[in-house]
Amino acid sequence: MADTQRPLSPHMGIYKWQVQMVTSILHRGTGIALAVGTLLVLWGVFSLAQGEDSYNQFKICIGSPIGLVLMFGWTLALFYHLCNGIRHLVQDGGAGYAIPQFVRSSWLSIIVSILLTVIVWAYVLTAGGAA
Amino acid sequence: MNTAKDFRHPLKRARGLGSAQSGVSHWWTQRVTAAALVFLSLWFVVTVLSVLHADYATARAIVAKPWNALLLVAFVLTVCWHAVLGLQIVIEDYVHTRWKEVSLLVLVKFIAVLGTLATLMAVLRVALGA
Repeated sequence: MADTQRPLSPHMGIYKWQVQMVTSILHRGTGIALAVGTLLVLWGVFSLAQGEDSYNQFKICIGSPIGLVLMFGWTLALFYHLCNGIRHLVQDGGAGYAIPQFVRSSWLSIIVSILLTVIVWAYVLTAGGAA
Repeated sequence: MNTAKDFRHPLKRARGLGSAQSGVSHWWTQRVTAAALVFLSLWFVVTVLSVLHADYATARAIVAKPWNALLLVAFVLTVCWHAVLGLQIVIEDYVHTRWKEVSLLVLVKFIAVLGTLATLMAVLRVALGA
């Protein structure tokens, strides 16, 4: 892939998995997923401007099984990126770098994002069926 | 630029391998857009939940409210800006063939600008009732 001959850093495969590693990788992964998911916002607003038929079509698409799986994934990705993003902002301020704090805040990002996703989807499903 | 403390050979800079002096601006803009998105994305989730079970006319009326239209435009603009900065880092980190790297960087920017403008126009059409 590379067109230059430079030394490579050790491959990820040699490291033991740790939660700090997972949160870092997930932050990138969810960032990419959210960038793609933003196109869905465009589609939604566009269909709303287009008229009732295309808006209903949009709702049928995101209410389909595949649509719901994607929406659930994007909800989780959004909340994860949000929680871990706040964690990164705090760390950019110079706080939370001691290893125990670092590990604890990693778990906090994961747990809080799952909790927020569950709350949102509990609301979606109880407030009158999906989509 | 303080040339007295720059120990690099001028040729290094001339060949384009020196610092472009714009890294801090990238880093800072990424953080400022992130801080804005903490609030904007929470607003977005709440608004989407309020539109979710509404029929077409109600959904349109909700988006057409001045505050919602304004915040939706702000949200999409900030998201695209933040996403372009983030994807740039990812592409620069993992795509090591120069022409593929540059093509991807430009493609991402094209899509982001088109997407932002299209959303902007759509929100205006809904908000102004055109």
